[in-house]
Amino acid sequence: MTDLLKLSGVHTHIGRYHILQGIDLAVPQGQVTMLLGRNGAGKTTTLRTIMGLWRASSGEISLSGDRIESRTTPDIARLGVGYVPESMAVFSDLTVKENLVLAARDGPLDDTQLDWIFGFFPALRRFWLSRAGSLSGGQKQMLSIARAIIEPRKLLLIDEPTKGLAPAIVMALIECLREIKRKGATILLVEQNFFAARELGDNVLVMDNGTIVHRGEMAALAADVPLQERLLGLSLEAHQ
Amino acid sequence: MTELAANDPLPKPKRDIAPILLPIALALLMIPLIGSTSSWLTLTAASLAMGMMIFIMASGLTLVFGLMDVLNFGHGAFIAVGAYVATLVLAPFAASIQADSLWMNLAVLAPAALLSMAVSGALGLVVERVLILPVYGQHLKQILMTTGGLIVAEQTLYALWGPQIIPMPLPTSLRGSFILGDVAIAKYRVLAMLIGLAIFIAIQLVLNRSKLGLLIRAGVENREMVEALGYRIRRLFLGVFMTGSALAGLGGVMWALYREQVHASMSDDLTVLIFIVVIIGGLGSIGGCFIGAILVAMVANYGGFLVPKLALVSNILLMVAILMWRPRGLYAVTSR
Repeated sequence: MTDLLKLSGVHTHIGRYHILQGIDLAVPQGQVTMLLGRNGAGKTTTLRTIMGLWRASSGEISLSGDRIESRTTPDIARLGVGYVPESMAVFSDLTVKENLVLAARDGPLDDTQLDWIFGFFPALRRFWLSRAGSLSGGQKQMLSIARAIIEPRKLLLIDEPTKGLAPAIVMALIECLREIKRKGATILLVEQNFFAARELGDNVLVMDNGTIVHRGEMAALAADVPLQERLLGLSLEAHQ
Repeated sequence: MTELAANDPLPKPKRDIAPILLPIALALLMIPLIGSTSSWLTLTAASLAMGMMIFIMASGLTLVFGLMDVLNFGHGAFIAVGAYVATLVLAPFAASIQADSLWMNLAVLAPAALLSMAVSGALGLVVERVLILPVYGQHLKQILMTTGGLIVAEQTLYALWGPQIIPMPLPTSLRGSFILGDVAIAKYRVLAMLIGLAIFIAIQLVLNRSKLGLLIRAGVENREMVEALGYRIRRLFLGVFMTGSALAGLGGVMWALYREQVHASMSDDLTVLIFIVVIIGGLGSIGGCFIGAILVAMVANYGGFLVPKLALVSNILLMVAILMWRPRGLYAVTSR
């Protein structure tokens, strides 16, 4: 399996804090790679560094073999990287439609793609002309994901999409991400919800103190409770 | 807060009209206090005209503040430069300005205003590249750089035009008033209102009906996410900065014609009003800026008529009152 994304020896400093301390990871093409770890382990920083939102102080980041660590965020996005931040970051003053129009950078909205998205998230159709700021948390998350997939992307970086959401919405999100995966998308997914991680993940990376401390198959980690307790402090079942 | 499920209907979004009602309520409240209807109408027309001119000058600054998070204390330089540049066109064609023909007056006035906007916009390009670019994200340095830039601009104007006040007479056809019963409304004030309103509508159309406008509105709210969608927002910053500078130049020309004079420090008092407008309107909000400008002008005019001794502090009091009501301004667009 070809690696779409590779990080080698990546360090990131934020102010005087040394957050990423030599990250080495690979995200295989067409698979979902879970990035797990305790709070403060550096998962969000890893995604933001890949996206160019925080600059790597050293190390190499390559996408499809091309170095991207010195590229700007817009350039990285234009290479086909979609980003769903933990905060969702929908534009609350804009309507649902305007959020998606903005995300469809290369032209008008594609009706087929829209219908596909509405199939998972019917609320987006209903509130098409409502301000995104007036949506519920779950609906904002749907919009944030819809914005990332409104056009085909090579790689999706998704940060804790199920955080704080009602179970019914979590199921819809999982179904959507599973469908995106079936379409061949490559996803690097930060997730704390064990059920979602087990359902979606092909591979898993576990972070601690700014480094990768475990890599392997998601199914193997899901089956190994002592390993979960050693790596994450408690079993993944407790995260459900 | 109760989480809504995906299929739950949302309450319809409410339009926040309280800020829009504020200047209307203030104007109505003043009727009994002022007593004379004709005085009230004259003061209200003066407030709207002054408000529109302040809006034109402040609209660019609020976008620069909101979108770029830049504290530009040198915004007044564009106002003064705009006014001085207009004299370059108006002085040689003084005869056309004094002619009793609206078309001859406009044939000189329009190019003067356009040249002022072009020069102020070009100056904005230089300022953004030379002074602002190295200090993005550093507020203290922005204040120092832009204040320094303002001083340099003022002194350069003194060096080029001299320290004296330069008269800028109104064109003949814009002198005088429209008489409605026993109410006289200056023609120039009507023109200022129309231009201000046209610019407000134009900005609103761009912001709400075009992808460029969507980008600006989104960038005001979260520029990092706009970049993560693949848009190079730095170019947008530059375009907004230049447009804001050009509008300040236009405002400078209009203000100079209103006062019928130009001097290098003409923007000093205006800058305070403009900052008050931007703050009470809500950083980055054009609608808030529009209402804020009218409120500031109303308070200045009504306050000056009713309690002249409070004229100097009236707008500060207005700002305090608005911020106590809405700490992020009338319409909060950014999280700052």
